[in-house]
Amino acid sequence: MSRYFTEDHEWIAVENQTATVGITDYAQSQLGDIVFVEVPEEGREFAKGDEAAVVESVKAASDVYAPVSGIVTEANGALGDDPALVNSDPEGEGWFFKMSLTHPSQLEGMMDEAKYQEFVSNL
Amino acid sequence: MSINQGGWRPTMGESDGNGDMPTYTGNRALMLEEPLIFERGSVNVTGVDIEEAPKVRSRLGGLDRNRDIGLPGLSEPETVRHYTRLSRQNYAIDLGLFPLGSCTMKHNPRLNERVARMPGFADVHPLQPVDTVQGALGVINELAVWLIKLTGMYGIAMSPKAGAHGELCGVLCIKAALEKRGETDRKVLLVPESAHGTNPATAAFAGFRVENIPATPEGRVDLAALRGRLGPDVAGVMITNPNTCGLFERDMKAISDAVHDAGGYVYCDGANFNAIVGRVRPGDLGIDAMHINLHKTFSTPHGGGGPGSGPVVLSEALAPYGPLPFTERHADGYITLVEEETVGDRHPDSFGRMTAFHGQMGMFTRALTYILSHGADGLRQVAEDSVLNANYILRSLEDVLDAPFAETGPCMHEAIFSDAGLAEGFSTIDIAKALIDEGFHPMTMYFPLVVHGAMLIEPTETESKGTLDQFIGALRSVAQRAKAGDQALKSAPHFAPRRRLDETLAARKPVLAWKEPSQAEAAE
Amino acid sequence: MRYLPLTDADRGEMLARVGAKSVDDLFVDVPEAARLDGPIHDLPLHASEMAVERHMAKLSRQNLSAGDAPFFLGCGAYRHHVPASVDHIIQRGEFLTAYTPYQPEIAQGTLQMTYEFQSQVARLFGCDVANGSMYDGSTACWEAITMARRVTRRARAILSSGLHPHYVSVARTMAKFTGDILETGMPTLEAAPDTDSLIDRIDDETSCVVVQYPDILGRIGDLSALADACHAKKALLIAVVTEPVALGAIKAPGDMGADIVVGEGQSLGVGLQFGGPYVGLFACSEKLVRQMPGRLTGETVDAEGKRGFVLTLSTREQHIRREKATSNICTSSVLCALAMSVHMTLLGEKGLRDLAALNHAKACRLADRLDALPGVEVINDSFFNEFTVKLSKEARPVVRAMAEKGVLAGVSLGRLWPDAEALANGLVIAVTETVTDEDVEALVSGLEEALA
Repeated sequence: MSRYFTEDHEWIAVENQTATVGITDYAQSQLGDIVFVEVPEEGREFAKGDEAAVVESVKAASDVYAPVSGIVTEANGALGDDPALVNSDPEGEGWFFKMSLTHPSQLEGMMDEAKYQEFVSNL
Repeated sequence: MSINQGGWRPTMGESDGNGDMPTYTGNRALMLEEPLIFERGSVNVTGVDIEEAPKVRSRLGGLDRNRDIGLPGLSEPETVRHYTRLSRQNYAIDLGLFPLGSCTMKHNPRLNERVARMPGFADVHPLQPVDTVQGALGVINELAVWLIKLTGMYGIAMSPKAGAHGELCGVLCIKAALEKRGETDRKVLLVPESAHGTNPATAAFAGFRVENIPATPEGRVDLAALRGRLGPDVAGVMITNPNTCGLFERDMKAISDAVHDAGGYVYCDGANFNAIVGRVRPGDLGIDAMHINLHKTFSTPHGGGGPGSGPVVLSEALAPYGPLPFTERHADGYITLVEEETVGDRHPDSFGRMTAFHGQMGMFTRALTYILSHGADGLRQVAEDSVLNANYILRSLEDVLDAPFAETGPCMHEAIFSDAGLAEGFSTIDIAKALIDEGFHPMTMYFPLVVHGAMLIEPTETESKGTLDQFIGALRSVAQRAKAGDQALKSAPHFAPRRRLDETLAARKPVLAWKEPSQAEAAE
Repeated sequence: MRYLPLTDADRGEMLARVGAKSVDDLFVDVPEAARLDGPIHDLPLHASEMAVERHMAKLSRQNLSAGDAPFFLGCGAYRHHVPASVDHIIQRGEFLTAYTPYQPEIAQGTLQMTYEFQSQVARLFGCDVANGSMYDGSTACWEAITMARRVTRRARAILSSGLHPHYVSVARTMAKFTGDILETGMPTLEAAPDTDSLIDRIDDETSCVVVQYPDILGRIGDLSALADACHAKKALLIAVVTEPVALGAIKAPGDMGADIVVGEGQSLGVGLQFGGPYVGLFACSEKLVRQMPGRLTGETVDAEGKRGFVLTLSTREQHIRREKATSNICTSSVLCALAMSVHMTLLGEKGLRDLAALNHAKACRLADRLDALPGVEVINDSFFNEFTVKLSKEARPVVRAMAEKGVLAGVSLGRLWPDAEALANGLVIAVTETVTDEDVEALVSGLEEALA
C-alpha cells in the first residue's frame, strides 16, 4: 500500500485500484475540534478537484476536494456519530471515504510522507 | 468638569474571601438560576382565563387533534417571574455600553415604543381597505420621503424585512435591470474581502458569482485593481461605506464612475450609515442602491436579534425595478397602495413581491418617531458625535493596542484594533471575555477578516464622555494584562451568569429542543 | 438634543485629545464635492417629545383600528387577545435592547428563551426541531422551498392553489432569479382543498409539495396521503401554517408526515401591526437539520459544568459560509418570537386548546348564520376559525361599502387575486375570540343591506 499527500492537506492510501481519503494530522490541528463531517454518498463520481466532503469546526467549514478522479465506494459512517475521530486518529480511524480510481495516473508526482512533512515545515 | 481620566470607579472594599461559598439554591443573591418552562410548568395549568366555548358540531374535517401537544403552561405571576429572571441574564443597551462594531447599538428611545403601540398603528390589519388606513400609509410615505432626502436618492423600496433582505432587494434590482438591458452575461459581483458575510451570501443567492476586490494596505478598496477587473462580465460591485474597518472609502465617487462606465451598478451596504447621516448623501457618490438598517441608524430596538427592517434607496436607473407594494401620495393628500391589483402599466418592470404585506410597519413608526425627534440638524449631530466618540477611543487606546490604520487618518464611527503585541497564546477573545467581567459588552471580535484578531469598537453617539472614559480605562487595564500574559484572562469571564460555554459539545451533539428526561435518555 | 449626552465642553476636550481642530477634520476623507455644509434643507429640524407624539397620534387617528370596529379579517394575519403581561415582558430593556447573543455568557436570557421557543414550536408543529425564527411566514415558506431543493437536488416545486397568494408571489419573485421551477394555480370556490390534484402531479422531478393548512380559503385537508405520495417519489412535503392557534384543535402537520413545517407566528402574542414585524416559524425532522436556514440555539455546559445555551451549527450561516451559506439571512425576529413564546407559556396546552375550541365554535355559529342569508353561501366543508362565502355580487365593493359604515367585514378574494373573475364574489371571514355578539349582528345586518 502506498500513501500520497496533497498540498490541500489530504492523504490518499492506495491499495490495488481503491483509494482511501482523509485529512492530515496537520490539517486537523489547524481546524481544531471537529464537530461535523459531511461525507459523500456511495456511487458519486468525482473528477479530481471536485468538492467531495465538508469538515466543520465550531467556527469554520472547509471543503475537502477529491484528490484524484474516481467513484465513491464507501463513506466512513462512524464519523456521523463521532466526528472527533478526525482529531484523535486523522490518518487512521478518521478516514473520510474510499473511491475506486478512474485515472490512477493522477497519483504520479504526488508527495510522499517525507515530502509532505517538508512541505508542512515550510508553511 | 472631568474629575477622573480613567472614568468613574466606586470605592472598593476588601473581599472577605467568601466569594466561592456555595448556596443551597445555586442562586447568588440577585443572580437567580431559572429552570426551563418545561421543568416548571404543566400542561394542565393556564395563565389565561378563557370563556367556555358554546357547544357546536365540529367541522374540522375529521382532523380533530388526537394527541397532546406537550405545551407547559404557567400562571401569570409565574410567567412574569420566569421571563423577568431570564431577562436579568442578558446584557443590554439599557445596562451599559454595547460597542459592537458594525451593529450600531445606540439608545432606543422609549417614545418610539409608545408610538408604535398606538392603536391606529398596532391594531390595524394589512388587508384593510386603504380608506381605513390612510394614517398608516402616511407613516410609510413620510418615512420614505425622509430616507430619500437623507440619502439624496431617487426612489425607495420599503418592504425588505432586514438588512440582508434589503441587500437581496438591491441585488435583484440590479439583476432585473441587466435582464431588461439584455446583458445577462454580466454574472460577476465584485465584493471586498472585508464585507459582511451577508454580501457574498446574497449575491450567490441571486445567482451571481462573487469575486473579491483586493484592499490597499490602508484598508480601502484598491481602485486600480478594481478598474483592472471591470469588464463585460461584471454586473457591479457591493461596497460598504464607511467600510468595515471604520474608514470612509475616499475613492467612492471614482469607483462608482468607473463601474458605471463599464456598464455595471453600484450597491452600497448601508450598515454604517450612522457615521455619515446628515453629512454625506450616498446619492452624491454615485450609489445605485443602498439598504438602510432602521435598527441601526434609526434606533429601532434589536430585540436580541430582530426584528430588523431594511428599506432600500434606489437611483433613477434602478427604481423602475423595485418591488411591490409601495405607497403613492396624490395631490389631494390621499395615499394609494400600489400592489398587484393596482400596479397596471405604471410599474411594469417591478421584479415582484419580497414579502407578504408591506414591510416592518412597527419599525417604520419607531424610525419615523426617532427621525422627527432629531430633525435634519439632530441627525447631522448624530453622525458627528458618533465619529467623535470613535476617534476618541482610537486615540485613547492606540498606545496600548495595535491600531493598524490609525496613522492614515481619522476613523469614522468605529475604531479597529488587532491582536498584535499580546502575550504568546493570548488573543482577542481573552480581551473580550475580560471586558465582560468589567461590566461591558465586548466589541465585535475577529471581524472584518482582513485584520488579524480584529477588535471593532463602535461606541455610537449615545454614550457620554464619562462612560467612554470608564470603558477606555477598563480596556487599557485588560490590554495590559493580556500583554503581560495574565492567565486569569484565559478563564474569563469569572463573574457572568455563565463561564465560557462548550460550543464544541453543542455542535457535536446538537440538543435543539427539550425532551422529557425519560425520552432524552432513551435517545442516548 | 435629548438623546445625545455629549456637551459642547465634552466635545471640545475630546477634539483636543483626538488632535482635531473641529469635527470637520474627522470627515476629511469625504470628497469635498460630497460634503454637506449644514442640515439638509427642506427637512424639519428637531422637535420635542410632546410635539412628535402629537404628530404621530394624529396619523394614528387616521386609521380605523380593529378594536374600534366589528372586525373579521384574516388571510394570514389574525386578531387575538394578547395578555397584558406579554407586552410588559417584551418591553423589559434586557430583552428589548439586547443584540444577537454572540456572547453567550451574558445572553443566557435570550438564549434560554429561544431554546424554549424552538421547543414549543417543534411540539406545536409535530416536528423534531425548529429554528429560532425567521422574518415572516412568506419568507420562511420560500426558504423551505430552497431547502427542499438542497435536500432532494431537484428544482421543481408544486405549490397548492390554497397557498396564500402573497406567499406564492414571494416564491415566484425569488424563483425567477434562482431558476427554481414552480407549479402554481388559482383556487376554485369548492368545498375541499386541492389535495387529490396535488397527489396526481407528483413525479420523479418533484422536489417538494407546498400546502397550506388550513388553506387560504379556510379549508382543512388531511395531509397523510399527500405525505405518502411525496415520500414514494422521494419528494418532501412542506406544510404552511398561517394560523397556529388552529393547531390547538387539529392535528399537527408533522404528525401527518410533513417533512418541513413553516408558518407565521403573528397570531400568538405579536398583534396585527399592519403587516409587520411578524415572526416566521420553521421546523423540520432531525435528519434535515443541517440543511435548515436560520439561527439555532442548543444546549451545552459551561466550564463549571452548569447547563447553558449557545448559538450552534453556525457553519450553515452566512457569517461563516458566506456565498455557500444555506441562506443570506442574518437578522431573525427574536423579539416577536419572545412575544409568541410568552403567549404560549401563558396559554399552555389547556389554554391553547380552550382558545382553539372557542374560536372554532364562534366560527361555526357565524357560518350557520351567514349560510342562511339570501345571497350568501358558505363554501367550506371544513374550517377552523376562517371560512369563505360566495356572495351574490362582487365582494370588493361590498367590503368597501361596509368599511365606510365602520364594519371590517373580511378579505375579498378580489383583493388577493385582482384578475380572477371566478373568485370575485368570494369573501374570506375570520372569527376569533375577540368577536362579540354585537359584532356578529353588525356583520349580518351590514351584509344584508349591501346585498339587498
